[in-house]
Amino acid sequence: MDYSPLVISIKASLISSVIVFVLGVTAAWGVTAMRRGRFIFDTLFSLPMVLPPTVTGFFLLIIFGKNSFAGELLSRMGISVVFTLKGAVIAAAVVSFPIMYTTARGAFDQVSRLYSDAAKNLGMSGISTFLRVILPNASHGIIGGLMLSFARAMGEFGATIMIAGNIPRRTQTMSVAVYTAMQSGNRELAFRWVLIILTISFVSIISVRLWNESLRRKSR
Amino acid sequence: MKIYVDIFKRLGDFELDVSFETENEVFGILGKSGCGKSLTLRCIAGIETPDRGVIAIDGRVLFDSSRGIDIRPQKRRTGYLFQDNSLFPNMTVAQNIAVSPTGKKHCDEYIERFFLRGLENLYPHELSAGQKQRAALARLLASEPDMLMLDEPFSSLDKELRDKLEDRIAETIDDFEGSVIFVSHDIGEVYRLTERIAVMHDGRIAECADKDKLFASPETTVAARLTGCSNISSVSFGERGASADDWGIVLVNVPEESCRYVGCRPRDLELCGENDTGALECEVIRVTEDMLSYRVVLRPKECGGKSSSSTLIYETDKLSWPYGRGDRVFIRPDKNKLFYMVR
Repeated sequence: MDYSPLVISIKASLISSVIVFVLGVTAAWGVTAMRRGRFIFDTLFSLPMVLPPTVTGFFLLIIFGKNSFAGELLSRMGISVVFTLKGAVIAAAVVSFPIMYTTARGAFDQVSRLYSDAAKNLGMSGISTFLRVILPNASHGIIGGLMLSFARAMGEFGATIMIAGNIPRRTQTMSVAVYTAMQSGNRELAFRWVLIILTISFVSIISVRLWNESLRRKSR
Repeated sequence: MKIYVDIFKRLGDFELDVSFETENEVFGILGKSGCGKSLTLRCIAGIETPDRGVIAIDGRVLFDSSRGIDIRPQKRRTGYLFQDNSLFPNMTVAQNIAVSPTGKKHCDEYIERFFLRGLENLYPHELSAGQKQRAALARLLASEPDMLMLDEPFSSLDKELRDKLEDRIAETIDDFEGSVIFVSHDIGEVYRLTERIAVMHDGRIAECADKDKLFASPETTVAARLTGCSNISSVSFGERGASADDWGIVLVNVPEESCRYVGCRPRDLELCGENDTGALECEVIRVTEDMLSYRVVLRPKECGGKSSSSTLIYETDKLSWPYGRGDRVFIRPDKNKLFYMVR
């Protein structure tokens, strides 16, 4: 059995999780600290959560395709996104971003409602408040969100197949491999992938739950 | 040390329209929850921005909408003790105290002063409610504020602890060299801890006076009720002079024609004989036994021929109350202690 889809899935999910962590936390804090217009950004950033992944993939193709401005710019720099691992990373990042964003946003909101007024009153600067008060107290929620977005990235199918395609050993992820195996009538292979995916999903969900449980015990 | 506040802010249906001045004193704001007390403090601290107005401490303008001045909350030095003390849970007591720009150099001093020695390396969730409050006070004072604002500091505590902490707060207030604003819904707390009291109602200051004046003769029914007096009757002027409509008694020496209500504290009613002047026949509705006193609800038998629906509250020391429910008693207000209100 060729295990390259497992490696590709993990690679794409790990890289996308790092990207999503940085972008999601930054965006969440930016919006939490805003005085006006939160509603617009909340809607915009959560949109990929409700869009069908194929629609997300469609937009990604338009944005990064050869005929677009971004696509042309990238191809001049020698970077191609469509039908590469980069495409798979971007697809995974876009669909898991809303999960990271909303959990971080919720954690920041709660912590900041409780403590940022006091911090301001004590004369703490915005950056110091964020680094010493908000971020440490929101870290549990943020890490939970990171685990969930990693799991979501692992399971991504629709947007991935549209932008990264289904090239064995290069862009074929596990969820795509299941589909391909079924299509070609190889039920046994499909079944094996399903077992692997089930195990990974099970472990990630259990770790999120255990994490939340430890959080609850600590806050008591 | 002078604080000047004159602000207006609209929040949905609610309008805050407050102005007061306080100088070298402990200033109390008394009002029910939702009357705008905390919002006022939040505007002074700069956490909320008023729609218009002026806030100044000692001539230092913190906010002036007409001149476009709005000092950042970090630079205002308005020590605000929040209702839920808001210690940072990820820091120890010592780290909490050292968190403000001036905190580090005062940290040791305030650990000593607030009896936190031995607790400095504990986290807030390991402290009792009283210790938390002390740590929050220490942290606040270590930030070198120009003034102190205490927002219902006892609201979440039980009785015994409350008394203890009240002593600590009183001490802190005494030692503090600057103006203090103390906010509460409880007349007892405000009366004990402050010198001058503003009564707030529905976003506005109904009345502002020295505390003994406010207690002895409030000028508004709002202030009378908040200071614990529910015996209030409207006043009308007829051929026989002024009378209290709800009690059916004639009033003498009413100070001015403009007064519309009369009030009498439960302690200022007295039992009397049937033929005494001003005697009011009442039925006893309910007697509540408190630890040191009786609280009696009375209904005047009749007033001006009609049966009355209003009730009177009478309070007396425990020894002197022989009556029970349904009994007839005669009662009259102490003439010298009646107070008249304009609104």
